[in-house]
Amino acid sequence: MGKALPVVDALLEFLPRRAVLHEEEDTRPYECDGLTAYRQLPMVVALPETEEQVQRVLKTCSSMKIPVVPRGAGTGLSGGALPPGDGVLLSMAKFMRVLRIDPLARVAVVQPGVRNAVVSELAAPFGLYYAPDPSSQIACTIGGNVAENSGGVHCLKYGLTLHNVLGMRGFTIDGEPLAIGGEAPDAPGYDLLALAVGSEGMLMVVTEVALKLLPKPQCARVIMASFDDVEKAGAAVADVIAAGIVPAGLEMMDRPATHAVEQFVSAGYDLEAAAILLCESDGTPEEVDDEIARMKTLLARAGATRMTVSRDEAERLRFWSGRKAAFPAVGRISPDYYCMDGTIPRKRLGEVLRFIAAMEKKYGLRCPNVFHAGDGNLHPLILFDANSADELHRTELFAAEVLEKCVEVGGTITGEHGVGVEKINQMCVQFRAQELELFGAVKRAFDPRGLLNPGKAVPTLARCAEYGRMRVHGGQLPHRELPRF
Amino acid sequence: MNLSEFQDRIRAAAARSQGLRLRGGGSKDFYGNALRGEILDTRAYAGIAAYEPTELVVTARCGTALAELERTLEANQQCLPFEPPHFGPHATVGGCVAAGLSGPRRSSAGALRDFVLGVKLVDGRGEALSFGGQVMKNVAGYDVSRLLAGSLGTLGLIAEVSLKLAPRPQAESTLRLEVPQGRALELMNRWAGQPLPVTASAWHDGELTVRLSGSEAGVRAAAAKIGGSALDEKAGFWMRVREHTDDFFAGPEPLWRLSVASSSPPIDLQGRQLIEWGGALRWLKSAENPKAIRDTARRLKGHATLFRAADKSPGCFAPLEPLLMRVHRELKSAFDPAGIFNPGRLYAEL
Repeated sequence: MGKALPVVDALLEFLPRRAVLHEEEDTRPYECDGLTAYRQLPMVVALPETEEQVQRVLKTCSSMKIPVVPRGAGTGLSGGALPPGDGVLLSMAKFMRVLRIDPLARVAVVQPGVRNAVVSELAAPFGLYYAPDPSSQIACTIGGNVAENSGGVHCLKYGLTLHNVLGMRGFTIDGEPLAIGGEAPDAPGYDLLALAVGSEGMLMVVTEVALKLLPKPQCARVIMASFDDVEKAGAAVADVIAAGIVPAGLEMMDRPATHAVEQFVSAGYDLEAAAILLCESDGTPEEVDDEIARMKTLLARAGATRMTVSRDEAERLRFWSGRKAAFPAVGRISPDYYCMDGTIPRKRLGEVLRFIAAMEKKYGLRCPNVFHAGDGNLHPLILFDANSADELHRTELFAAEVLEKCVEVGGTITGEHGVGVEKINQMCVQFRAQELELFGAVKRAFDPRGLLNPGKAVPTLARCAEYGRMRVHGGQLPHRELPRF
Repeated sequence: MNLSEFQDRIRAAAARSQGLRLRGGGSKDFYGNALRGEILDTRAYAGIAAYEPTELVVTARCGTALAELERTLEANQQCLPFEPPHFGPHATVGGCVAAGLSGPRRSSAGALRDFVLGVKLVDGRGEALSFGGQVMKNVAGYDVSRLLAGSLGTLGLIAEVSLKLAPRPQAESTLRLEVPQGRALELMNRWAGQPLPVTASAWHDGELTVRLSGSEAGVRAAAAKIGGSALDEKAGFWMRVREHTDDFFAGPEPLWRLSVASSSPPIDLQGRQLIEWGGALRWLKSAENPKAIRDTARRLKGHATLFRAADKSPGCFAPLEPLLMRVHRELKSAFDPAGIFNPGRLYAEL
């Protein structure tokens, strides 16, 4: 038996024994999310099944001043669901019901533990689907998607989670019921939905989400285009967009990435190419034929050395299989890899890729790149061996430099994975003290005592001061002295 | 002009707790509750700060004329996808974002807030702050820039805003069908659930008008499916609906904007109605009791805004639940501790 915990007794007053875990063998599986470099055993894991139980967990913890960290499927890549050592990990895993699909109004009302892919599966008989498709979509849940404002490979045309959530309800940390947004457009007052989506579980605990469903495009085809130079591929992306085309998907992979992937899935990628682009068109057959023809002309003019258009759905999925398997493929050629998530203005791609290449030399580590080229979201993957403390350390420095470069060129440290615990120091680079203070005030408007997912996403100014000193000691002057207004 | 002039003015106003009425061209003075405070005219801070057509992003200062911005985009075959109403020739970009209003394309393209990528704002302490950016995907920190869309200037002065753009469609076609309201609502919702390029819809007095936008081939195929008779675009139907210059909007009765679930049935309230956004937006010209109107909207999962009226005593915006109002008040005091920006314009308590 573990030591007696007053919060466990309080939770057991309304939760069954199986829903309150506090022995190490039971809590161990919850010690980390998809960012496994950070681990912490939670003091207690609570697994409520009803809204009323969630409310009581929150009221109990808040009255005992115990921190609460909500968790979905735990696939997040920034440690947003890293548990509190002195608090309750609130698993929403049992909220797995799809409450309603309204095909006429094109709305799905779901509980937060529903997996992303399930929504589209259930909407399919009505010719509808849920657009955001993060690569972890078979495992990740809607609650986690809402917390992180998850993206995917179709964001340029169909938006992020934020563009596809109509409304939600849940509770504040004090257990007060809160409903925001709704199935009718433009809810009155401030757009709290915009604040809550992507808030990394720091403002409220969501128990029900209304999602927008879209008509499934009749068909889709993808062009796989090879380039002998990465910057030419980047320029080709700009040409497609300048021509008034918004492709359904627009992805780039560099040669190290295609080589890693090809060994793993045999997607048929051109291994000679310095970079390949995947350009997808969707819509009616007439629209797709027209757009594919226009994109082919543009890509050829931009210097594509080879182009293949998917002939059927099987081939289209095969072309995508490599991109979708990029992370696990890289995981096979290296003991560990570290995935970055910076976003940059597309026109600075060449400069940023050259910078990454210089960092590979500086730190003696390899770094293949996969890139959501349409929306400027880079995922450089630093290969390292976590058993070597020195490699891990070099990886962290490498990643920090790349993220700060993203900020320098006018981008951001995170496009879709969130800040969590992982990039909290880089928040000090992207934002000034007054901006961070305002984030703190936004948090307090919902959670005055800072009990909900504390220590994530928004750094304290003290932490930034410490990070600033550390970086100056390392001989690397960040750009904290520059006003970035 | 330099932003520091605004900052000085705001600091001075905060020190005296003097209300400031943030105002661009004044085209939306009619919108919202009380107009209080000394006018702070934003028009001197104008101009397009950055525009990269290949990035699908424009950054404009608050005082930029909306019409000028749209002309610049049009010259590059691009547009603001949410098709904002101007409500007058002098509308500014800052006012457009602060009002948060979207036009006919909203039901297919999304709302104004969906296209806000970043803002620079001056808060109630006179601090110039920057949130979001010029990139499509950005999840660093809370999404303050979208929070400002539709805040009616009550949180801060939106000094500069970056907006995501879309290419102008290659082809457009407007069709008209004679159908009663119930059938029109059903058709609009059914079309929206099919892969059809419907980018605007409006029903009034037995006539359903639909706009298709996209590739030539796509528009032609969809037009054949939808039927009806073609309407000459040059007659400016969508412009009249967007700008409220259509005859429907004339007359002394208050204009209500009912936002409801799109598949809601015909609404039985005294007065005239014009339906937009696939059924989700019901304009109502009516002298009906405000409480009856608000209760009806609430039953349809929505809310009613008193959009234009001589008497605004019922409050322009639907009342908020106590907890939501508390969060609103906390946010207001975080951005504007002295309560100087557009006091009472959104809610009396803010």
